[in-house]
Amino acid sequence: MSVIPARETMPIVDEPLRPERSRSVARVIDLLVRSLVPVVLALIAGGILLLILGRDPLSFYSDIWHGGVQQGSWQDSAMRMAPLLLIAVGLIFVFRANIWNLGYDGQFLLAAAVLSGWGPSLVTHVPLWLAMTLLFLVAAGVGAAWTLIPAGLKAAYETNEIITTLMMSFIGVGLANILVKGPFQDPAVNIPQTKVLPLEKMLPAIPSTRIHVGVLVALFAAIVAYYVLTRTAFGLRVQVLGANPRAARHVGVRVRKLIMSSFLVSGALIGAAAAADILGVWGYARANWNPAYGDTVIPFVFLARLNPLAVIPFIAFFAVLSTGGDLAAQNANLPTDFLLVLVALILIFMTLIEFIGRRRELGKSYLPPGVREALRKPLIRRRESVKEPEAA
Amino acid sequence: MSAAAHPSSEEAGAPRPSSSGSAPVVELMGISKSFPGVVANDDISFDVRRGEVHCLLGENGAGKSTLMGILSGIQRPDSGLIRVDGEDVDIGSPRDALRLGIGTVYQHSTLIPALSVLENLMLGDTHKLRLDGDSASQRLRELGSTLGVEVDPSVTASDLALGRQQQVEIIKALWRGSRLLILDEPTSMLTPQAVEELYKVLSRLKENGLAIIFITHKLHEAAFLGDRISVLRRGQLVGTLDEDAVKGATPEELEKRIVEMMFGDATGGLAEAAELKAELSVTDELVYEAEQVPAAAEEVLRLERVSVRGEGAEPGLDDVSLTLHLGEILGVAGVDGNGQRALAEAVSGQRRLERGELRFFGAPIGHVGVTGRQKLGLRYLTDDRLGEGIVPGLPVSINIFLKLIGEAPFWRQGRIHKRAIDDRSRELIERFDVRTPSVDARAGTLSGGNVQKVLLARELSFDSKVVIFHKPTYGLDLKTTRTVRQMIRDMRNGKAALIISTDLDELLEVSDRIAVLSRGRIVGEVKPGPGAAEAVGRLMIGDVSLGAESEGGGP
Amino acid sequence: MSSLFHQAVLTALISGGIIAGVPLMLTAIGETISERAGVLNLGLEGMMLMGAYLGFIGAYYGHSSWLGFLLGASGGVIACSFMIVLCVWLGLDQIVIGIAITLAGEGITSVLQGAQFGTSYPRLGAPAEVSIPLLHKIPVIGPSVFEQQLLVYLAVVLVGVLVWVFRTTNVGLNLRAAGEKPEALDAAGVSVAATRSHAVLCTGALAGIGGAFLSIVGAGVFTPFMTQGQGYMAIVICMLARGKPVWVLVGAFLFGISLSIATALQLAGINISTDVVNLLPFIAIMVALVLFARRSYLPPALALPYFRGAR
Repeated sequence: MSVIPARETMPIVDEPLRPERSRSVARVIDLLVRSLVPVVLALIAGGILLLILGRDPLSFYSDIWHGGVQQGSWQDSAMRMAPLLLIAVGLIFVFRANIWNLGYDGQFLLAAAVLSGWGPSLVTHVPLWLAMTLLFLVAAGVGAAWTLIPAGLKAAYETNEIITTLMMSFIGVGLANILVKGPFQDPAVNIPQTKVLPLEKMLPAIPSTRIHVGVLVALFAAIVAYYVLTRTAFGLRVQVLGANPRAARHVGVRVRKLIMSSFLVSGALIGAAAAADILGVWGYARANWNPAYGDTVIPFVFLARLNPLAVIPFIAFFAVLSTGGDLAAQNANLPTDFLLVLVALILIFMTLIEFIGRRRELGKSYLPPGVREALRKPLIRRRESVKEPEAA
Repeated sequence: MSAAAHPSSEEAGAPRPSSSGSAPVVELMGISKSFPGVVANDDISFDVRRGEVHCLLGENGAGKSTLMGILSGIQRPDSGLIRVDGEDVDIGSPRDALRLGIGTVYQHSTLIPALSVLENLMLGDTHKLRLDGDSASQRLRELGSTLGVEVDPSVTASDLALGRQQQVEIIKALWRGSRLLILDEPTSMLTPQAVEELYKVLSRLKENGLAIIFITHKLHEAAFLGDRISVLRRGQLVGTLDEDAVKGATPEELEKRIVEMMFGDATGGLAEAAELKAELSVTDELVYEAEQVPAAAEEVLRLERVSVRGEGAEPGLDDVSLTLHLGEILGVAGVDGNGQRALAEAVSGQRRLERGELRFFGAPIGHVGVTGRQKLGLRYLTDDRLGEGIVPGLPVSINIFLKLIGEAPFWRQGRIHKRAIDDRSRELIERFDVRTPSVDARAGTLSGGNVQKVLLARELSFDSKVVIFHKPTYGLDLKTTRTVRQMIRDMRNGKAALIISTDLDELLEVSDRIAVLSRGRIVGEVKPGPGAAEAVGRLMIGDVSLGAESEGGGP
Repeated sequence: MSSLFHQAVLTALISGGIIAGVPLMLTAIGETISERAGVLNLGLEGMMLMGAYLGFIGAYYGHSSWLGFLLGASGGVIACSFMIVLCVWLGLDQIVIGIAITLAGEGITSVLQGAQFGTSYPRLGAPAEVSIPLLHKIPVIGPSVFEQQLLVYLAVVLVGVLVWVFRTTNVGLNLRAAGEKPEALDAAGVSVAATRSHAVLCTGALAGIGGAFLSIVGAGVFTPFMTQGQGYMAIVICMLARGKPVWVLVGAFLFGISLSIATALQLAGINISTDVVNLLPFIAIMVALVLFARRSYLPPALALPYFRGAR
């Protein structure tokens, strides 16, 4: 029994990726406008909100620039791109199939906990390159495994995956905490965290920078995802499933198998994001730690219209925003959760702009008929009501 | 729906209540409405009087539904005037239309399946807080007797037979008092008997002084029912045959005039005119093409006691056995919602067989998946073109190859070979006369007829052997309808076809045999010929003896 | 283990279950109204949090828990108004906007809390309870069920009212039609947008009151993100209850017990780490979803925007 009926078109992206890429200049401009205007509007709205709270928006935003780009902080931003981009690609893949994997937090943290628990002992026994590869695979495996139950439920019973992935996420986050405080706890310290990986046993850096190679892994994943989605049979099946599940069944796509594989790919990428972050930046996992990368990445995934290549610049932008935002929030004496508000504003403005753009395309006014009537009614002078007809 | 109606045409000779001299109840003046890319209504002026049935005739796509949408408040005209009982009005919403006494029975049911009949009727009736079941039941009885039917208020709407549902919808349309009743293609899914019932109901309503607009694309229906007949063609009102013209002409003269109006001088020689008449279900002299397929012909498809589960409100199949031979066209008739979709999906592989066997050229394929069956040459042309057949956002070329994802030489090792796909698509688009700006145009931008051609290109090519057609010409314009029918006929050469349709005339014309599906079972088989329509009609409602109760009686 | 059944423990368990269940129940009842009308509110977390924060402010500065509830309701209404304008009127995607509302609610309440109170978390005193005469003397059940906030009793009454509304009023019929087949409602002359807007307003208000109850009665304090997924739990309760208000009551109570069982266990002297205990409600939900996977019912027109005469 379908809990949420399949929608024939995806309102955010009604155009699957196509191998042919001929676009006229007008369309490129249109795309740019639709992508950038929401961000600008959100920043303005955020600025107004700051004013209301009695903070100075200009210094807030310049702090972001300062903390995100200037004086080598761009490297921190670049490093933050790694987990963000991997999660974004993971979400894009599964959203293209119209599957809502909202369990990214649980998948991420559980993978992080497992690899932080196992990592420190592994790196002492095995050459570095092997250890890193194994740990990436383990993390991907844990992330994928955590999607199995929601995936199976959806494939077998069409159970709403929004709910199941969210519930599994809460469980995953809790379980990660338990693991870090329990079997993976570093026995040598009092703080609830795992053993710390020494710097030389973490991901190597790109020569002449501090940026770890995890970023390259992320970029590579984005390119591969784009290729798979646009040029392979598998990718086409994913898009058909996402655009029209009934058509998918009709043309012979193995829907259940595809649901499972999309979910697993998504989970694996999210797990890999954990590997990139732990092995590249932190070196350990703490209890009660949740950077909530997934929440903040969602609007950019949509802004990029679910295109793995197009999402890269958006992620770069947000990486700067997030890195600089830490500093800016501190200086303004606000919790860093303020960024969540900015992200929500981007989402809202984005859907609004999409709506206006779509209606303009169809040659209609900006308001749907029902609302237009409701607004016009008071302005039309009531005509004499026509005599009620006699009963037939 | 056609042949069966005519035997009672003697009744048509009964005096039609005269509406001479009465002022029009509703007038449309200079109505125009456009959508992006198409002018649906172009400066149309039209009126209807008390106690008359004004038929609005036109082929699919001529603009009839848009015009009626304007009258019922669903659409707003771009320009023009509407007058009710002499006064200018603005119909901005369905509520306005209802308040003016304009009731509409839409082509697609607006009854809510999960609610009871009474609840459906009470919907939107008053602003009072509590529902008044008693007075609603009272009104139901009143209106029921006006129509001459009896309806049980407590029945759930989804349990009603189609003919009965329509009666409830007519009652709902008349609920708040009525000047005008609009019926949009009401007979498209009814059995011949239910159509008779409907004509009787309309007759009684006319006697009561109601004005009725009857929209149809079937000539014979308009000729039979209409006091006046207006013809729409490509968004314009070609003309109106007034009372005297209609009363004074013989049926043949009338139909000839209407055909002229519908197609101007496009009808060339006599042969073409005859063909046109056949397509338009004009006369009751159907051209039966049924051929006797030699008994020795190879069996290409066989269902042996097949049962499948139903989905939602629609029944599945119950112990169904069918055989299809090489070179044969087998029609499957039945009231919509009696297991047609289950049959189609069981054969195509989209639905699992609970019991029974399915054989293709003698070999069992019950366990073979959808793709496997396609590869074997068994194809399914779905009736749900936009919802299931194509992916509107993808290009036409990809849609043509949608059932071949991953196959060589169009995909090699999982990678797409765009050039091979484009080349082959261009060929097929040309062969099947698909009108599209390019191979890469999004399939959703194509007109209904062209979408169907894309589906035909897909199903009939790549070594098809047996094709299941589900409502192949529903909602299509005439030209495309002819093309599709011809393609079906061509299946006689070395292939075979199974046609599932609610269009009885189509089946009678094209099939070699007609099996009748009722409540998920095959209840009989009829050979097309004189009297076949009636026989099929009786089978459709599960009635084998003559003169037994029809759809309309009883709860 | 026998200590688990000790009177005091049982009383604490039931009482705790009720208190924890009320926010769930109010929110889930609200969501039932929306879902019957065809709207899916993923923004419930945000609405509850807005209600929790504003409710706390109202009770703290106004020295009255009823003022808190009122303010909480308005908080929920503010949050759900985005849903109404963007999704019901303009037809934008309900899932995306729902996520946005949740994020916005989480972010804004956290920011406001920080701006208003800095790093301190002022506490409210426990609000007065109402004892039902005679009944509250029954052992175990008495003190736990019949000595509760007035709002608790009102919430139960609300369930009955809702059943009545759905079955016998015009409003209820319109709601059901909006969720089953909005075209039919439109053709009958009733505004689908208005019907759905009213439904979502109710949901927002109820979720806001639910959140306020959480911060005023349940915890006595507001901490950012304090709902911890209860908004989503409410949606699950709705799904499993198949739109029937009485089952929502039962489900909310059961989940409320799983939320509050930590305290009861402590009282019983059973030592399980709080981390594990906090997982129990979610595990319970997953188990329920797996067991009842086939049987949840939702109206056909859920989460689909309605446009008249759409081409």
